[in-house]
Amino acid sequence: MVSLPCINLGKIIEMVDCDPDIIHVPVTREEEGFGICAGAYLGGKKTAILMQNSGLGNSVNVLASLFKLYQIPIIMILSHRGTEGEFMSAQIPMGEATPGVLDALEIAYFLPETPDDACKVLSGAWLLSEMGGSPVAMLLEIGFW
Amino acid sequence: MKRIDAIKRIAEQLKDELAICNIGFPSRELYAVKDSPTHFYMLGSMGMSSSIGLGLALAQERKVVALDGDGSLLMNLGSLVTIYSQDPKNFILILLDNECYGSTGSQCTYASTVNLSLIAEAVGFKNTFQFKENLDLTHVLKAEGPVFVHVKVEQGNADVPVIDMEPEEIKERFMENINK
Repeated sequence: MVSLPCINLGKIIEMVDCDPDIIHVPVTREEEGFGICAGAYLGGKKTAILMQNSGLGNSVNVLASLFKLYQIPIIMILSHRGTEGEFMSAQIPMGEATPGVLDALEIAYFLPETPDDACKVLSGAWLLSEMGGSPVAMLLEIGFW
Repeated sequence: MKRIDAIKRIAEQLKDELAICNIGFPSRELYAVKDSPTHFYMLGSMGMSSSIGLGLALAQERKVVALDGDGSLLMNLGSLVTIYSQDPKNFILILLDNECYGSTGSQCTYASTVNLSLIAEAVGFKNTFQFKENLDLTHVLKAEGPVFVHVKVEQGNADVPVIDMEPEEIKERFMENINK
């Protein structure tokens, strides 16, 4: 599991870091994180990235020309800023663009409303990703927290 | 030294190591001089060779060699910081540096003014090697990772065909080799 920080993901990142069953790799930029996950998948691991939706923009090419091209699965857990309840106006343009970017890449996404919802869909999301040979995203909007 | 000759020398010296090869002519040249199920040829995602290599090295025990270029490494310099910090003992990053974007028409990169070995050393890489000729990997392959290898090569691409394998075929053959 690779991670980049978001204020909303802080607790999850702490839990990932403490879990001995998870290899946690903090990265410098989202695109790099996707590359690492692709390599880890080739080596036999199930992979996920924890990131803010703002980093989706710098990952479009790696998602298209590595993950889609070679049909590599990954779970993308995105803190979706710029959604209802956002206090920072700077987050709104990328927040609004996020679903459209995922649609353009033909990446399916779940919109769990609570942590329980997210737990319920997680294993199915991995199966969908692996069977479909495509990344699958989970968008955690502001209301989720 | 021509890049294809450097790639040939490297390919001849690898045995059980897994190789990630950079997009464009480097992958085509490797495929032309020697094909192997231990090769993963990148057909897209410029800049990602060192990251794919790192992820693969962390996920399993076999030694991983990532072939990168100067233009590609400059696109993903943060990768050096992550590699050093994750400290994979089984990872070798080989930089084939021709000081240009060879696959797009040989436009100059800043590798002609910046020494990328010095950046790797400043990040903290302890085992670094530099080659201009006589690319003998004996010590490189025995060194504890993460290892950084800087190979200066001439500009220009060999006249080799495109890779006639489908992306999924490249991936599946590679994964079968790892799991066997």
